[in-house]
Amino acid sequence: MNLVWKLLRQHISIPQFAGFFFANFVGMLIILLGIQFYTDIQSVYSSEDSFMKEDYLIINKDVSTLGTLAGSSSTFSQSEIDDLREQPFAERVGMFTASAYDVRATFDVEGFVRFSTDMFFESVPDDFVDVKTADWTFAEGDTKIPIILPRNYLDLYNFGFAQSRNMPQLSEGILGAMKLGVTVSGAGRYDVFEGRIVGFSNRLNTILVPQQFMDWANRTYATDATREYTRVIVQVGNPTDENIARYLTANGYVTDQDKLDSSKTTFILRIIVAIVMGVGLVICLLAFYILMLSVWLLVQKNSGKLENLLLIGYSPARVSHPYQLLTAGLNALVLLLALATMLLIRNTYLNMFTSFFPDMETPAIWSSVIVGAGLFIVVSLLGIVAVRSKIMSIWRHKN
Amino acid sequence: MDVIELKQTLPQVFAQQTDIQSDVWLRDVKLERGKTYLVEANSGTGKSSLCSYIYGYRNDYQGTIAFDGTDIRTFGVSRWVDIRQHHFALLWQELRLFPELTAMENVQIKNQLTAYQSQQQIDAWFEQLGIADKRNAKIGRMSFGQQQRVAMIRTLCQPFDFVFVDEPISHLDDTNSAVMANVMMTEARKQGAGVIVTSIGKHMEMDYDHVLRL
Repeated sequence: MNLVWKLLRQHISIPQFAGFFFANFVGMLIILLGIQFYTDIQSVYSSEDSFMKEDYLIINKDVSTLGTLAGSSSTFSQSEIDDLREQPFAERVGMFTASAYDVRATFDVEGFVRFSTDMFFESVPDDFVDVKTADWTFAEGDTKIPIILPRNYLDLYNFGFAQSRNMPQLSEGILGAMKLGVTVSGAGRYDVFEGRIVGFSNRLNTILVPQQFMDWANRTYATDATREYTRVIVQVGNPTDENIARYLTANGYVTDQDKLDSSKTTFILRIIVAIVMGVGLVICLLAFYILMLSVWLLVQKNSGKLENLLLIGYSPARVSHPYQLLTAGLNALVLLLALATMLLIRNTYLNMFTSFFPDMETPAIWSSVIVGAGLFIVVSLLGIVAVRSKIMSIWRHKN
Repeated sequence: MDVIELKQTLPQVFAQQTDIQSDVWLRDVKLERGKTYLVEANSGTGKSSLCSYIYGYRNDYQGTIAFDGTDIRTFGVSRWVDIRQHHFALLWQELRLFPELTAMENVQIKNQLTAYQSQQQIDAWFEQLGIADKRNAKIGRMSFGQQQRVAMIRTLCQPFDFVFVDEPISHLDDTNSAVMANVMMTEARKQGAGVIVTSIGKHMEMDYDHVLRL
C-alpha cells in the first residue's frame, strides 16, 4: 500500500483540502453547537416545570372590585368554554376542577417542624401533566395521593415563615421525602390519606392532585353536585400568535403574561436554533461539494497512474482505497475537532448559565454526538461511493 | 488457462477494409499454453490493439475472443483482476511504468500485489539485465532501453499461463536482447506458460513454434 500511496498522493492539493477541512469544520461546529446549545437551554426552561407539557396557558376571568361587589361570577360558562375550544390557536382545552370538600394538611418533619393548615385541591386532565403515569395515579381505596405544589409556597415558607419564626428551611428533597397527612372531610365522612409530593411547579399556582382522585373525592365528600370552572388550561401550538392576546382581551380573560413571554422566548429560540443549524448544514453541504471536487480533480490528475495500476492487476477496490481513506479520515478529523471545540465553547457558556440558573441540570451531549456521527457516516459513505464510481469510470473508459 | 482462441476477430476500425491479408484477423486462431508465437506486423496493422483486446483493456473488435472456450466479453471486473494477477502477464509497448518511482519500486509495486517472486530473484534479474546500478534511479531518468528491461522484470513478477510481450526489444542491442529473451524464456518454461512476442521488424531471436503475420 505504501508504494501505491506514494504514487496516488501526487497532485494532492493542500490548499484545496485545507479549504474543505475548514469549511466542513465550521459547518459541523455550527450544527453541533446549535444542537447542544438548544439541548442545554431547553433544560434551563424545562427544569422549571419538567412535569408540564410545554406551551400552555392558564386563563381565568379578571376579578374586579366592581364584580365582587355586584356578585358577578368569575366562572366560565359552557358556551364560553366551547367558544374557546373552537379557536384555531387552542390545540387542547382542559378545565381546572376545584375541590368541593374540606381538606386539612399536616406537615410533619420529625424533630424539625410540625404544623397543619386548611387547604384546597385542584386538578387538571392528566394528559396536561407530564409525570410518569405510575407516579400520577389514584384508585379508590388507595391511601396515598400524589401532589404537585407551587414552588412559591416553598419560597413563602423558607424565606418568610421559617425565617421569621426561626424554623428550619426545607429543601425540595426533604419535602419530597416527608410525610404529609391529608384529612379529607365532607358529606358526613372523614378520611385520612398520606400525601406524596411528586413535584414543584413554577407555573401552576395551585395544589394539584390527579383527576381520578378529584373526581372520586367530589363524588364522595361533596354535597353540592354542581360543578363550576374558574380556570382553564389551554395548550397552544404557537404562543407568539397575536390572535391569543387579542382573543383574551376581547373576552376579558387574563393570563400570566410572564409565562406567555417565556413560551414566546422558547419558541423564538427554537426557530433561531433551527435557522442557525440550517446555515451550518448548508456550509457542510458546500464543504462536501468542495471535497468531492478536490477528490474528483485528484483522480482526474492521477488518472494515468490509476489506469496503469489497474492494468498491472490492481483491483478497482484496492486502488480506490487510499482516496476513500483520505475522505473518511478527513471527515473523522473534522468531526473530532468540531466535537472538541464544541465542548470547549459549551464549557464556557455553561459556566455562565450555571451562574444564572444554579439549579440547572447539565444534559448529556449524546444528541450532538449522534448527529455529528450520523453526518460523518453519511458524508463519508457518499465520498467512498463517489471515489469508487470515479475509479470504475477509469476502468470502463477503455473496456 | 490453456487456450486463447480468436474467431473471426477484427478491429472495428478495419471493418470497412476488404483486402485484409492476415494470419490472425478474420481467421480462427488458437494460441496454446506452453508454445511460443511470434506475431510479425507492419505499423498500423493492429498489433497493440490485439494486446489490448486479449488483456481486456479494449473491446472495440468484432468476432470472438475466448479463453478456454469462454467469451471474454462475459468477464466481469473481478475475473479480469484475477486474470491480470494470476494468468496473463503483459509487457506493454509503451511500458506503463511510473516515472515517480525508482526502478526497484516499479518492480515491487507489482510484486507486493502478487507476492510471487523473491527479492533474491528480482536482484538476480537486475544483475543479468545489466541494470543493477540503476535499481534506485527514478524511471524518468533512465533510457528507454533500460526502462524496457525494468518493465520486463515487472512483467515476470506474477504467476502466468501466457506472457505477451509487445515489441520488447525495440531499444535494445542484440546482446541485451538475447539476455532478455533468455530471462523471459527461463521463467516462462518454469511456469509452463505460452509466450507471444510481437515485432515490427527486429525481433527476439528464439525458436518460435509458430510465426503469424498480422
